[in-house]
Amino acid sequence: MTLRQFKVWRGDAAGGELNDYKVEVNEGEVVLDVIHRLQATQEPDLACRWNCKAGKCGSCSMEINGMPRLGCMTRMSTFEEDETITITPLRTFPVIRDLVTDVSFNYTKAQEMPAFAPPADLAPGEYRMQQIDVERSQEFRKCIECFLCQNTCHVVRDHDENKPAFSGPRLFIRAAELDMHPLDARHDRKEIAQQSQGLGYCNITKCCTEVCPEHIKITDNAIIPMKERVVDRRYDPLVVFGRKILRRDQLAATVPAGPTVHAGPVTVADGQAPVDFGRETRPPQPAEVNAAGHVNLNEMLSDRAAAASPFGDDITFPINPNTLNYYHPER
Amino acid sequence: MINIEKHWYDVVVIGAGGAGLRAAIEARLAGKKVAIISKSLFGKAHTVMAEGGAAAAMGNVNPNDNWMVHFRDTMRGGKFLNNYRMAELHAKEAPERIWELETYGALFDRTKDGKISQRNFGGHEYPRLAHVGDRTGLELIRTLQQKIVSLQQEDKAQHGAYDARLRVFAECTITELLLDETGGEKRIAGAFGYHRESGEFVLFEAPAVVLATGGVGRSYKVTSNSWEYTGDGHALALRAGAKLINMEFLQFHPTGMVWPPSVRGILVTESVRGDGGVLKNTEGKRFMFEYVPDVFRKQYAETPEEGDRWYTDPDNNRRPPELLPRDEVARAINSEVKAGRGTKAGGVYLDIASRRPAAEILKKLPSMYHQFKELADVDITTQPMEVGPTCHYVMGGVEVDPDTASAGVPGLYAAGEVSGGMHGSNRLGGNSLSDLLVFGKRAGEYAASYTDTLGAKRPKVDDKQVAAAVEEALTPLARDGGENPYTLQSDLQDVMGDLVGIIRRKGELQESLSRLSELRERIRKVGAAGGRRYNPGWHLALDLRNMLVVSECTAKAALEREESRGGHTREDFPKMDSKWRQVNLVCALTPDGDVDLTHQPIPTMTPDLLALFDKSELAKYMTDKELS
Repeated sequence: MTLRQFKVWRGDAAGGELNDYKVEVNEGEVVLDVIHRLQATQEPDLACRWNCKAGKCGSCSMEINGMPRLGCMTRMSTFEEDETITITPLRTFPVIRDLVTDVSFNYTKAQEMPAFAPPADLAPGEYRMQQIDVERSQEFRKCIECFLCQNTCHVVRDHDENKPAFSGPRLFIRAAELDMHPLDARHDRKEIAQQSQGLGYCNITKCCTEVCPEHIKITDNAIIPMKERVVDRRYDPLVVFGRKILRRDQLAATVPAGPTVHAGPVTVADGQAPVDFGRETRPPQPAEVNAAGHVNLNEMLSDRAAAASPFGDDITFPINPNTLNYYHPER
Repeated sequence: MINIEKHWYDVVVIGAGGAGLRAAIEARLAGKKVAIISKSLFGKAHTVMAEGGAAAAMGNVNPNDNWMVHFRDTMRGGKFLNNYRMAELHAKEAPERIWELETYGALFDRTKDGKISQRNFGGHEYPRLAHVGDRTGLELIRTLQQKIVSLQQEDKAQHGAYDARLRVFAECTITELLLDETGGEKRIAGAFGYHRESGEFVLFEAPAVVLATGGVGRSYKVTSNSWEYTGDGHALALRAGAKLINMEFLQFHPTGMVWPPSVRGILVTESVRGDGGVLKNTEGKRFMFEYVPDVFRKQYAETPEEGDRWYTDPDNNRRPPELLPRDEVARAINSEVKAGRGTKAGGVYLDIASRRPAAEILKKLPSMYHQFKELADVDITTQPMEVGPTCHYVMGGVEVDPDTASAGVPGLYAAGEVSGGMHGSNRLGGNSLSDLLVFGKRAGEYAASYTDTLGAKRPKVDDKQVAAAVEEALTPLARDGGENPYTLQSDLQDVMGDLVGIIRRKGELQESLSRLSELRERIRKVGAAGGRRYNPGWHLALDLRNMLVVSECTAKAALEREESRGGHTREDFPKMDSKWRQVNLVCALTPDGDVDLTHQPIPTMTPDLLALFDKSELAKYMTDKELS
């Protein structure tokens, strides 16, 4: 047990100051333990949010020596014995009192984010997805909504004027999560992110990724892929050319971004748009494999006399041309 | 002049965890105007802490599973003290509730054929827990939260405002339920509370209130529960005239971290044991084989070799005893520590590092690894964890009607941990998340339909009750030199932890009651420094009386029940007694505010459900008279 030196910001919207405290610190404790001791012994009305004290709820976000951190996940042993530890509230959000800030910005932005659209043709219990397909979205669903990424993002930190137009990294991973959801029936997630969430403001400095306590690769796995595909569509020369030469009614109504395999059917009037490359097609099924991950080549075990089809054994030829995303040039 | 913000709703849901959100969704879908009261920010509820999964007999991994097997496991786990009808509804409806979550956008882990994957868990005969790695609770809360947002978006499209019909009041605490007592009958008329941010008071006029406030764990020192778990719903229900049952049954999770202090109380999920982890004492001995009780002897392995084979070949081997129900494991650890074979911090070792390759541990228990690495610099892939029993869950709670979740007072409903009966004397892992969904939905549904029956007889708020609630809330702030709320909480935790803990004795329980009555006097004199704006000292001062009354219920019931069963262990009565199985201990409040404890016979199981069990198995729990 040692006495350590702390500076804690106390005040409210009208202003405040850093107060000095000497607090007992025991082996193995985290910053939040110290705040609790400060409340119990010196400052009973010191305002601080916390819930689980286990890094799972994302409530005790604060700035410790200027770094956005969770109080419950910052071990005291990471500081020097004689170091003064400065604790301040999140800077991007308006202060309510002491370490508590008004984070309603994040909830407002979440309300504006179009929700998951369930597929119309599947009843509860009929959803089938492969683990490999859900994993990408699952990474983003690890988010504990501590809003440290929102707090650190320089687009809104010290720039209140950008807040109306910018949803922030937390909502970008939500957009990416829904975009990558194998069964989400909406296909304009990237466009929404670009047009109404302010994805374009982000210039990929990766600050959000650095502070994420869940180590979600916000920039690499969510923001960059979304930006790339938005760019694909906006600057694809064929699309730009098409926009120039075709009348508006000749363009497909809502062309989804990029030929994602789970893209839903789009109604295309006869004889108008050439081909809608986003319309739903059956994704190629891989050949069946055995426990070792290999195709069964043993003729005794196989139900056919040759190797598995590279297109998947469940496809029979000839394929009905109407089911393909192909437009014959002479048609 | 005190300013009170007033709102008018059909249904007010107190609590924004799994049960509360599910109830709110259902009431809103029934066309009602609904308020959700959240003590913390929206989405921070304690449900996020649930790691293992949600039990539902979908049969995705083992097709032999069905609701009858699940029902059987639940009754066994609860030592047959469960309300059989709740256990039946729960087992039957859990799969639908899980599948429904997928339509809200949940992404569970999958089986090879693309269905929801299910994992093994203590007390469940087949792999049954739908899961997302080890963060299932977070997935559940996020999914429900996002469903609520999606309903708000529909309302915005239809009525022009997100919160037109469904509004979340974040950081808002209810201190009192308001009753309409005209006509000789008490009916719910509303709820009174304060906004944490401003300290301003708020009044909800509503004929139906759903309690979904969770548990009581903050009355214990070593607990996995957050500050919110102060038994608010239990106490509100008592004061409104409802009853609590089974309050003596508290679940101590067998494997909470005991060292280092930064992670004290944090749970090590049961899946660590389901995936191969074993318990060892300081002598390095795998001790669980010595603690298999007779009733379970047939289902559990007798040698380490057989237990180890079970992980890969569960059909031909019996499961290892590390997967016994939670109370058995907690008791075993406690005995080892008492016998001097525990660590300095009072725990034993949980070892998965020496039994599974690091890569596999990382894959199966990612957030567990991550959590201990970051919080305590403990690497679970190379070193054992130091674990011991931690207060985790209260089986007891508001007595409710199984089908409607009604708490006996017209307009009052309860669901989730705050309700009692479903889990009997001990809850199986994974049954709480499914409990939240099944009974949350029912509470919302029946609260909504209750408001339909009112017509012109809508209850009215009594201004006198509001004035009394205001005074009660402001008293600690006005009191100069009152008792420090933090000291009082710590003293209360000491009484409960030392005298009403995992192993109980008559003398200690009697002592606890006299110390609790001393505390009651001191809590009457609690004071809070500072103002009304976001003042945690004041908030704690107001929570203390709830913690106290709930602790009194637990202590009284624990003293009364002279047997050991599930989450209640009496050193002086170490055996289960069939006569006590027929009794629920019921707590109510006298007009003076004292706890009144009575015996009540438990409902008799229907013959068709009884027929699901072997007669020889029933003989372990029931009296000869019941069997004949």
